[in-house]
Amino acid sequence: MATLNLHQVTKSFGDTHVIKGVDLVVKDQEFVVFVGPSGCGKSTLLRMIAGLESTSGGDIVIDDQRVNELGPAERGLAMVFQSYALYPHMTVEDNMGFSLKLAGVSQQERRQKVLEAAKILQLEPLLERKPKALSGGQRQRVAIGRAIVRNPSIFLFDEPLSNLDAALRVQMRIELARLHEELKATMIYVTHDQIEAMTMADKIVVLQGGVVEQVGSPMELYHHPRNRFVAGFIGSPKMNFLKVEARSSDAQGVTVTVPGGESVKVPVEGDAITAGQALELGIRPEHLMLDDQGPLAARVSVIERLGGQTSLYVEMDGELLTLMVDGDVGHRVGDRIRFGFAPSRAHLFDEQGLALAGLERHPLASLTRQDNRAASTADA
Amino acid sequence: MTTSPSTASAIRSAPAAAERGAAAQRAQRWRKLGITLLGWGVALTIFFPIFWMILTGFKTEAEAIADPSLIFTPTLDSYVEVQERADYIKFAWNSVVVSFGSTLLALLIAIPSAYAMAFLPTKRTKGTLLWMLSTKMLPSVGVLVPIYLLFRDIGLLDTRLGLTIVYTLMNLPIVVWMLYTFFKDLPKDILEAGRMDGAGTLQEVWYLLLPLTLPGIASTGLLSVILSWNEAFWSLNLTTSQAAPLTAYIASFSSPEGLFWAKLSAASTMAIAPILIFGWLTQKQMVRGLTFGAVK
Repeated sequence: MATLNLHQVTKSFGDTHVIKGVDLVVKDQEFVVFVGPSGCGKSTLLRMIAGLESTSGGDIVIDDQRVNELGPAERGLAMVFQSYALYPHMTVEDNMGFSLKLAGVSQQERRQKVLEAAKILQLEPLLERKPKALSGGQRQRVAIGRAIVRNPSIFLFDEPLSNLDAALRVQMRIELARLHEELKATMIYVTHDQIEAMTMADKIVVLQGGVVEQVGSPMELYHHPRNRFVAGFIGSPKMNFLKVEARSSDAQGVTVTVPGGESVKVPVEGDAITAGQALELGIRPEHLMLDDQGPLAARVSVIERLGGQTSLYVEMDGELLTLMVDGDVGHRVGDRIRFGFAPSRAHLFDEQGLALAGLERHPLASLTRQDNRAASTADA
Repeated sequence: MTTSPSTASAIRSAPAAAERGAAAQRAQRWRKLGITLLGWGVALTIFFPIFWMILTGFKTEAEAIADPSLIFTPTLDSYVEVQERADYIKFAWNSVVVSFGSTLLALLIAIPSAYAMAFLPTKRTKGTLLWMLSTKMLPSVGVLVPIYLLFRDIGLLDTRLGLTIVYTLMNLPIVVWMLYTFFKDLPKDILEAGRMDGAGTLQEVWYLLLPLTLPGIASTGLLSVILSWNEAFWSLNLTTSQAAPLTAYIASFSSPEGLFWAKLSAASTMAIAPILIFGWLTQKQMVRGLTFGAVK
């Protein structure tokens, strides 16, 4: 069992407040990803959990024990650093066994534990090598092996894949997910890459400016972002935003006027909305469809063909919108196109950037990675 | 196929371009030669007095003061006489004990302080470092009298311990500064990984910091040994016979009966020989250490 609770955790460097009161519950065996733009405080928060940074306020509780005053090693956690941080003068085996050596474990037992971890990560042939004789991916695996050997209650990962090339990153991502399954461990993972967050997390924590913007499953964040920031941050390419005006609202949703003058009714709660209020309409590029009868029209500025899909960039109201459409569309730059969207796929944000709650919950919004696994086992 | 005007002119000017290239290469060669000659010139100028001293040590006293000449019959007379008058080994041993002892002591004090400054810096760390270094800018003679009186009162005059303490204090600012630079170059992540693995401060220093910065520590130590070995001001003023190192040994040949160039040169050669050989053997280490971290 390994759970983590953060209660109103804060961190300040002098007058600069980096973490501004974070509350979070990480359940046993959960894979939690902290995601956010650079400087949002995600790495600082992880380092505070690790004990490498002191905590200015609040409580960090691991398995019902407050650990604020405990040193990094006493918290029973292990961390994988972005730079790998292997000990360059030690062999792979010594790197992995260092924590056991410090703990006074006998050489024989040490070797056995290192071998067990090496087996999981396929590092056995490399045990006698020094880190400089390893490739980036191998170094990363040694860093993970060093964490496994400690048998920690929680694994912490600080952007562990950002030094790897794209192909290796995908491979390591899959390997980490497999490892999580195999070890049945609680893992906290920091990244600025929202694809990593979406693919690996049971639960994503979106941070901005030291504040938690939203916590939820990847599909929850994708389908029901709580505000404009989360909506723009999760999903790739980024969500499109259009300035619109509210015309009316009723039990079926809010009717808005889109650029070009046509009206669209978005099924969201609009009790607090008054006619004439300025709102923002958010639609993901993959939800915009070419449609000759569609309410929106614009000229194509740029086309990016990816083969299976094509991105069309169009300018509207001074904003660049992206449409993710079929790879075989024959449009050219300069063409005037009409397009639309299913109202149920659209999001509305008020002046504060807060999303108006959808009237219907997306059927997959509560799906977790564990549900994916259960489904695949059932299929088998 | 037609040739565009620009291609045609490019073809016409090809020989001219080749000629220009050859000229540039010739100029480059001359410049290289010039720089090489200049380098040798400077090196030989610096080395010449030492060379002449070594040569003079093998001459008789008469030859030594005669017109400078490279042709003479070498003799070991001066060396024999020098050894008869003073026990070289005793002075050399004092030099070894004091320079290595002070270096060891300086490292023992400097490693923890450089660690604190590099990894737990405060707002005043830079200021402290500069202040330490600024003490090196004061003339030593300014504190001679107080230190002399202090040493007299506590019985440290003409003792190896006394000289070791003075040399340690003398080199400490440089040693701390150099170690600080080397430590700062060590990625912080590695020490943090050690902390996550359960290393206390002492284990962190012993298992990670020291092995990883060994080249830097070694070159710092070497420099400190050389500086102590060559130090003459304090050794001449604080020692007489018991703790006198080789610098005092050289000086003892310059005073009593006027100047005897051959003997003085023989003594000097013997005094600098160990450190010269030591420096030569550790040259690679020194250069690596001193330029380490200079280029990032």
